[in-house]
Amino acid sequence: MTMTLETTALERPDAIKSASSNRWQRFARPLLGILVPLTLALAWEAAVWLGWSNGRLVPPPSRVFATIMELTRSGELWRHITTTLWRVAAGFGLGTVAGTLLGAVSGYWGIARRLLDPTVQALRAIPSIAWVPLFILWLGIFETSKVALIAVGVFFPVYLGVMGAILSVDRKIVEVGRTFRLSGPAMIRRILLPAVLPAYVVALRVGLGLGWMFVVAAEFMGASEGLGYLLIDGQQLGKPAQILAAITIFALLGKTTDWLIELVTAPLLRWQDAFRPGGES
Amino acid sequence: MLALDKVGKTYPNGVHALERFTAQIPQGEIVAIIGGSGCGKSTLLRAVAGLDRASTGSIRIDNIDINAPHEKIGIIFQEPRLLPWLSVADNIGFGLSELPVAARREKVAQALARVGLSDKAKAWPRELSGGQAQRVAIARALVPQPEVLLLDEPFSALDAFTRRDLQDHLLDLWADTRPTLILVTHDVDEAVVLADRVLVMRPRPGRLFAEIDVGLARPRDRASPLFDAVKRRVLTALDRSLDRDVPDSAPAETVGAWW
Repeated sequence: MTMTLETTALERPDAIKSASSNRWQRFARPLLGILVPLTLALAWEAAVWLGWSNGRLVPPPSRVFATIMELTRSGELWRHITTTLWRVAAGFGLGTVAGTLLGAVSGYWGIARRLLDPTVQALRAIPSIAWVPLFILWLGIFETSKVALIAVGVFFPVYLGVMGAILSVDRKIVEVGRTFRLSGPAMIRRILLPAVLPAYVVALRVGLGLGWMFVVAAEFMGASEGLGYLLIDGQQLGKPAQILAAITIFALLGKTTDWLIELVTAPLLRWQDAFRPGGES
Repeated sequence: MLALDKVGKTYPNGVHALERFTAQIPQGEIVAIIGGSGCGKSTLLRAVAGLDRASTGSIRIDNIDINAPHEKIGIIFQEPRLLPWLSVADNIGFGLSELPVAARREKVAQALARVGLSDKAKAWPRELSGGQAQRVAIARALVPQPEVLLLDEPFSALDAFTRRDLQDHLLDLWADTRPTLILVTHDVDEAVVLADRVLVMRPRPGRLFAEIDVGLARPRDRASPLFDAVKRRVLTALDRSLDRDVPDSAPAETVGAWW
């Protein structure tokens, strides 16, 4: 099998070249991004192993990995991850729905914008963490107040993104819709929605990033489980490896969820005529 | 028959863009509207398209008042204005959403073949050249078979060679269904190549200044002396519309006198 492949490839030297450059694009490019963190991790591992540092406050990767494995084996890690994921999902969902609806209304109707936008902008000026005491008084110290805080964090970037995107839809494209006598709903579906989509995806990704930020804040304010609890617990009991383990898992989860948004929306945005420095990634 | 009766337009900021423009344009005629900047030619076209409302007067097509976009009227803009998220074929079929899918697909395929872009059906608009994109825009406007097609400086962003190519192509397409064409342009050559009648407008406020019947047989030879003579008549009218003092049948040596 391999033999035949190679012989046919050898007969056409150009095919070899393009096949190998394809392989380079598929595998080597993403690997390039891992190079720097991997080198740093290995260097630190070596430093501790050679005895240059005792690694007590900055545990080497192997010890962080061992902590993760230990937490996994006890089933604890899974519980913390699902709790945190659930909080982010609920907060992100609520914040996205509210931000999308209000942003769309403010973007589409001038009167709604004049009515709502000043209030929303004023609320946006408040650091979201400042709501924490009030949310705890109103909603209790359990899940509701945490989800509410995350939702507030997600709401503003989504709101701003949607409103801004609608306001910057090209008038010339809208005129094309008018000349074809599109009704209001058809105009929204066939012109505004697709035109707004790229900016909306960016808003969702920014919102998700803030969601992950605020879940930590929410879990700092008194939680008995969740990755944020692992952080606090690690600090109070002096377990830096546990803190680093939680941070690593945050990084993995954040990156994965962001990548999921990218993956799901990519087919909808293939039409974009975008500037991609350094080639397609 | 498209009837414009004393059409005027004053914008909310007080700019008096168009005053008492009256013209009768029979079905199938090709009319070019030409004039200096600020003579209200685009304002007029947008009013006929129903994109803006005239402040005074009336625009009627077959005795129907036009004050909003109408199915009998199509428009082609200076830029192609293709929807970037639709393939070329879907862009052309944009105005046919009421048709069943099979009928729409057939009409789109015909139109694509007619503008010579069958191989680009699945391409994105970003992959087209300027001339190709404008051809798609022409196909999109013609596919619903409008009775009146408005063109707002449709070829002005293209290079000279592509422009001539598209002018000939437009006449070809026009011959299929013979819609009325109203072409706003600032290119005298283009006006004389395409139009049966050239309307010259003068600015501040925009109004009709002169009307020139071209009266040349088609296809037109851009190099013939008759073509040149009509071109000179249009140029003279244009000069006079801008209050440049040109005597009626100006001999060549005195033309230079005003500057």
